[in-house]
Amino acid sequence: MSAPTKTIEVTRVRGGVGENAARPDGIPKVTGEFAYSSDLWAEGMLWGATVRSPHPRARIVSIDIAKALALPGVWAVLTHDDVPGNKTYGLEIPDQPVLAWDQTRYQGEPVVLIAADHPETATRAADLVDIFYEELDPITDPEVAMDPGTDVLHPEAKNPHNLIRHVRIRSGDPDASADVVVSGEYTIGMQDQAFLGPESGLAVPDGEGGVDLYVATQWLHVDLDQLAGALGLTEDRVRITLAGVGGAFGAREDLSMQIHCCMLALHTNRPVKMMYSREESFFGHVHRHPARMYYEHGATRDGDLVYVKARIILDGGAYASSSTAVISNATCFAVGPYEVPNATLDGYVVYTDNPPCGAMRGFGSVQACFGHESQMDKLADALGMDPLELRIRNAMTTGSKLPTGQIVQGPAPVKELLESVRDMPHPDPTPSGPLDLTLLPGGVSNTTHGEGVRRGVGYGVGFKNIAYSEGFDDYSTARVKLWSAGGEPIVEVHTAAAEVGQGVTTIQMQIARTELGVEQVVVLPADTQVRSAGSTSASRQTWMTGGAVRKACEAIRVRVLTDALVGLDGDPGDLSLEGGKVISSSLGVVADLADAIGDAAYEETYEYHHKKTFPLDPETGQGDAHVAFAFSAHRATCDVDTELGLVKVVELATAQDVGKAINPQAVEGQIEGGTAQGLGLAVMEEIQVKDGKVMNPSFTDYLIPTILDMPPMQIDVMELGDPDSEYGVKGVGEPPTISSTPAILAALRNASEKPLTHIPVRPDHFLWSGERPGELGP
Amino acid sequence: MDFFRPVSLAEALELKAAHPECTPIAGGTDLMVELNFDKKRPETIIDLTACSELQEWSRDNGTVRVGAGVPYSRIIAELATDLPGLAIASRTVGSPQIRNRGTLGGNLGTASPAGDGIPPLVAVGASVELASTSGTRSMPVTEFITGVKENALRGEELITAINVPGSRGPQQFSKIGTRNAMVIAVATFSVALDLEARSVGTALGSCSPRPLRASDAEAFIADEIDWDGRTPLPESAAARFGELVADAARPIDDVRGTAAYRKHALKIMAKRTLTWTWEEART
Repeated sequence: MSAPTKTIEVTRVRGGVGENAARPDGIPKVTGEFAYSSDLWAEGMLWGATVRSPHPRARIVSIDIAKALALPGVWAVLTHDDVPGNKTYGLEIPDQPVLAWDQTRYQGEPVVLIAADHPETATRAADLVDIFYEELDPITDPEVAMDPGTDVLHPEAKNPHNLIRHVRIRSGDPDASADVVVSGEYTIGMQDQAFLGPESGLAVPDGEGGVDLYVATQWLHVDLDQLAGALGLTEDRVRITLAGVGGAFGAREDLSMQIHCCMLALHTNRPVKMMYSREESFFGHVHRHPARMYYEHGATRDGDLVYVKARIILDGGAYASSSTAVISNATCFAVGPYEVPNATLDGYVVYTDNPPCGAMRGFGSVQACFGHESQMDKLADALGMDPLELRIRNAMTTGSKLPTGQIVQGPAPVKELLESVRDMPHPDPTPSGPLDLTLLPGGVSNTTHGEGVRRGVGYGVGFKNIAYSEGFDDYSTARVKLWSAGGEPIVEVHTAAAEVGQGVTTIQMQIARTELGVEQVVVLPADTQVRSAGSTSASRQTWMTGGAVRKACEAIRVRVLTDALVGLDGDPGDLSLEGGKVISSSLGVVADLADAIGDAAYEETYEYHHKKTFPLDPETGQGDAHVAFAFSAHRATCDVDTELGLVKVVELATAQDVGKAINPQAVEGQIEGGTAQGLGLAVMEEIQVKDGKVMNPSFTDYLIPTILDMPPMQIDVMELGDPDSEYGVKGVGEPPTISSTPAILAALRNASEKPLTHIPVRPDHFLWSGERPGELGP
Repeated sequence: MDFFRPVSLAEALELKAAHPECTPIAGGTDLMVELNFDKKRPETIIDLTACSELQEWSRDNGTVRVGAGVPYSRIIAELATDLPGLAIASRTVGSPQIRNRGTLGGNLGTASPAGDGIPPLVAVGASVELASTSGTRSMPVTEFITGVKENALRGEELITAINVPGSRGPQQFSKIGTRNAMVIAVATFSVALDLEARSVGTALGSCSPRPLRASDAEAFIADEIDWDGRTPLPESAAARFGELVADAARPIDDVRGTAAYRKHALKIMAKRTLTWTWEEART
């Protein structure tokens, strides 16, 4: 290589780390051109349908498929007999039948599959399947389920009495006493992830006994593992490619139609598409665990926390899903981001005949945070202390010890986050100008012109773990290629990281641009032709897959620079890649990167692992179980029509430490979206289950916030940098969902002076004379 | 499935006479949901959106004749002065997209107890115009709706228009939902002052199988109001009015709310909306 002969202005590539790089899927989504998994189509494809149990708990006496099979246009009717491999699957415990055989344990459990040449034919064939059930009394109360006298739903389970897992944490003195003691019982309804793109995908048989599946999911390789097992195929004969995902929020961690669709495709040797309807979707995925929580907090008269006792019961529903990890989080974070010297914490998650529950944004911390933050407000009240002051006084910091004995090592800016939301300007008081119904509780429904309206302000702070815990090695793999074409360097990034709308595709592009100084970065579709990226869950993808991409880029950079150095004086440390040039700190631009690459192609694969974690001791709950922690705080301002119990959330202010904002706009999007989901849980979102049956499986009656419910936000993004991650990133997606809900509840209590111990709050809760359903007040 | 799209009312009525079992569709905001949820599988659908006669409204001697196919967004934009109660109620229906498609005729055809457009019609004594090839008949909305999602429409008939008395005083409508927009009513209340007849019309929605008037409340408050002096309404009278309205309700517990809350909400809504109308009348 020759020495530089000309001086070239080097401009940094656009769209690198820290910039608001445009998402490649942004414009197609807004214009309606984005292909979601429900838009998939293949020549000659069949349509799959699922016959589901209408009963929460029943014995299957007989299944007669003859009439369905005889319907013209029907290609296949499959039962449990047709499952080629493992008859059950599951994320942590393989307890869920691919198709039920002897009994069903929740309403909507799949029993029979249909493939037909038209979706309507498939639906009609489903009606012709004759299943004779013997109905049994469903077990629907998790505390009753744990009674020794109650029937056991899973006799093969490791634990007795329908217990999926008990997490027991003991720290300090179990008999500690305190000057001031407050106790409370809190309950949480079943929230749904309410993604807009229902479960859907396309399975295409390869003609040699293998299958390609295109599907909207969160973790391709954990799907692959369960799918290959159920199909009785080796993993190389099952290939999964991520299709366009219309939201996930945890609901796509478990399998839904994956095995079913592949079974039908392999059986008929035709491509098969499955797409749940909105109603079916409510039965097709797990939900957030409903909770019942008993808390007792003890503090000194000065407001120092002395002890916390908590007993948390989560309803796991019919199958285990990720319940064992959810209850771990709920229990580990039960006291909140506070220093608590003595803690006695018991978390139970239990099998019932209710809909299965599993992962949802916030994952156990959401439930716990409603409990501990409600208690902190109650304690502040008992102490006659400002609730913010009480929180700040007890705030965890770097070096604090969790009840599990783990020392918090990264930034833990609990005090700083609370001070930030405290000091933000407050919204204007209730408007007194011309009547604008959209600003009032009840909105355009015209229920008040100001009568009965009172304003309240409340605070909440929460935290949770980033990435998987308790010894799980959820690594991520990135394969990066650099070559040049037409005089331009090109980078190709291949990972299996599921883009579910959060922006991990853009993150990968930004990191590659910055690390290799190349603007043109292509991210290949996520599939199983590259090793696992781990799940798009637990706020981990920017950290894990972002980390893998950076490390793979670094390895390429070292090779490129080493090659570029041939014939030059200097050492590789002197060179860098920027703006498509190879730059020497002493010589300036030494080459166009494209020239330096020449005909070569550089490829590196990197497997990124987070630091090792350890299990919790089963007796004491002690152990360094978590990788890192993310924190956020919210201030809510709410107007309540105290006579009607209607609510207007006026403003939400939040502060969150994201470590480093790779894409600030995406960070704000996550914070606003996560906060909206927390608002939903606070005031409207609840799957109502009665005797094991879902009463509101539609967006007519399962309400999620509209633009008139979600207020403007003030957002303070802190970038304190985690020492263990690349660029200092932390996860962003979950914390806003955790601390927004209790802040809104605190504001509603502040306005109404009602205890409000259940979420979501419904209008009549403001009118109860006591804490529980009963007479309405005046 | 057969699908008809007549381009005139006459053609639509011919089709309806020939296929009395067929299901009419206008905005489709109810029917398409039923189809999507597989709750209905009509053999024949007749699309009324090309019948321009149904998309018009007109004034006639103090009454506004609203074509069955006039969407809510037009009622809000064009009839807020003539029919203020109906316009306020129309604003509470669904989302902008639904208000652009949904029609008053469809609301009556579905005859849901939660139909937002119905109470303002009942409060002012509106009537429904029903047509077939053999002629046209008219009946009060209260008689037309016979039960939960049941009405007096005959197989060969179509709902062609609603005749609504033009306002003769302030009107109000109020709706409880657990979300601040785009929500099915938990309870609704309509009130209309008739300053000429010195009477008060009311209607309750989502609180009984059929839309109801609170007759005792109407009679009570007509006596209490100082029609001549236009003095402020005593708060006790407004509160009593609210109680009488709540007494008239026959609500149930369901997934959207409890019977006790519905009664409570009616009491508050009735008191507030009456106060707003009377204050408007006085000033």
